[in-house]
Amino acid sequence: MAAVSLGLLWAIITTGVYITYRILSIADLTVEGSVVTGAAIAAITITRGFNPYLAVAFSFFGGVGAGLITGLLHTKLKIPSLLSGILTMIALYSINLRIMGKANISLLRIDTVYTVFENTGLSSMLSVIILGIIFVGCLIGILYWFFGTEIGSAIRATGSNPQMVRAQGINTNTTIILGLMISNGLVAIGGALIAQSQRFSDIQMGIGSIVIGLASVIIGEVLFGRRNFASRLLSLVLGAIVYRIIIALVLRLGMPANDLKLFTAITVAIALSLPVFRSYLEPLRKSVKRNK
Amino acid sequence: MLRVSRIIKIFNARTINEKVALHNVSFKLEKGDFATLIGGNGSGKSTLLNCIAGVYPADRGSIFIDGKDMTKLCEYRRAAFLGRVFQDPMMGTASDMGIEENLALALRRGKIRGLRWGITNKEREHYKKLLKDLGLGLEARLGTKVGLLSGGQRQALTLLMATIKRPKLLLLDEHAAALDPRTAKKVMKLTDRIIEEENLTTLMVTHNMRDAIKHGNRLMMMYEGRIILDIKGREKQKLTVEDLLERFEDISGEEFADDRTLLSQ
Repeated sequence: MAAVSLGLLWAIITTGVYITYRILSIADLTVEGSVVTGAAIAAITITRGFNPYLAVAFSFFGGVGAGLITGLLHTKLKIPSLLSGILTMIALYSINLRIMGKANISLLRIDTVYTVFENTGLSSMLSVIILGIIFVGCLIGILYWFFGTEIGSAIRATGSNPQMVRAQGINTNTTIILGLMISNGLVAIGGALIAQSQRFSDIQMGIGSIVIGLASVIIGEVLFGRRNFASRLLSLVLGAIVYRIIIALVLRLGMPANDLKLFTAITVAIALSLPVFRSYLEPLRKSVKRNK
Repeated sequence: MLRVSRIIKIFNARTINEKVALHNVSFKLEKGDFATLIGGNGSGKSTLLNCIAGVYPADRGSIFIDGKDMTKLCEYRRAAFLGRVFQDPMMGTASDMGIEENLALALRRGKIRGLRWGITNKEREHYKKLLKDLGLGLEARLGTKVGLLSGGQRQALTLLMATIKRPKLLLLDEHAAALDPRTAKKVMKLTDRIIEEENLTTLMVTHNMRDAIKHGNRLMMMYEGRIILDIKGREKQKLTVEDLLERFEDISGEEFADDRTLLSQ
């Protein structure tokens, strides 16, 4: 259950990673910073007495801003996308500290987005799940609609063939920036909701988030296929949940929590290199068949 | 329709690798002209096409299409006036997207894209009709990912995309060169048909002398960044490969030695 609730919140971040990694074909490391930006903005605005839902909206715009910076670095200043993301990520570390004023903020005994549900007598975990389902459901609906529109199609085409997109009269700088903004906005929403569910925001909480996001994207694709866009979006959510379940299992099997990031990195490395292994295995399999 | 005046393009300026790709190139295309542009490797024909399309800016000179100054416009803004087909069949389409999605992107060329649906049902009927005219059976596969199509099918689709919104100028960059001879012939036939039906002003780069002679009403030949031959009208109709080779040798003082051109005769 804990895995499901956490997985649902991470699904929002996964969707953000998917937009850059799969749709735009950019590995965007800004995510590592914008998760924390989302958490930091939510934490600081909630402790100042703002409505927690409004806080999530603020977080979204914080993430959008981060994506904008990466996009400008990449498109206007022609810095390679990977490096642009790293630069923004590093810059955000300082900015996030500025936002929070210290390395972590506690959200104990403060109304969060989940309080509404908890007040009806639900457990805090169930509240997270319900709110998670609502957010993720809306998100899938909105993204499905958006990437079917003219602008959304242009963004998808940019990741596939930017040269062709320019020949069709579309400014690829704009579509790349827009994609990065939406992606990081979603990631920041994820950060804001996670901070509120764990009841603290911490400057370190973004570390490894890009890898976790990638792991979830790949798990989703491997397990649940990639037939059409709607099923792909759904597979992201399931991928994020399955990732959390796997983590919970290996922890229960006795893996020290400190080794988790190593475990995730190795998993992702293996998953990403599967096509290479397959190309090695294919001749082997054929020769085995022939010998039979 | 197209006016190119005194275009200069220098690659790697002020370095040891400096290469003057275009040397004061000027020419005009009238409305409805279908000009073929031929030349050996490194003669500057693709550079000229890319300068017109705005892939990179010219160092000097100006380009007008339909009386509008294109010189300072970037590639995606010029696209509103242009239709382009590239040599590489992969270049003209988005392989991860469906046939209808690619057509829909092309149909909106030059328009502001908003939050309306990317494809409407009314359009779909239009696409079906256009694809049927291609005669490749694509009209039944609107949702098929373009990556699954053959090179010839992709070039035919790219041609359709380039002309679906009647362009002021159609730029073809050796668009049949990467295809096998039979498919190339088919694509060229289709090209002729579309250009004639729509009465499009066209500039076609080719390596193939036969194609250059057979198609269009005008032939230009480039050599070392200059247009050295410009043959029009009746003279063009009577032109043969031998004539062309002879005239090239007269002007350039060397033999037309380009393996691909000779082989493709």
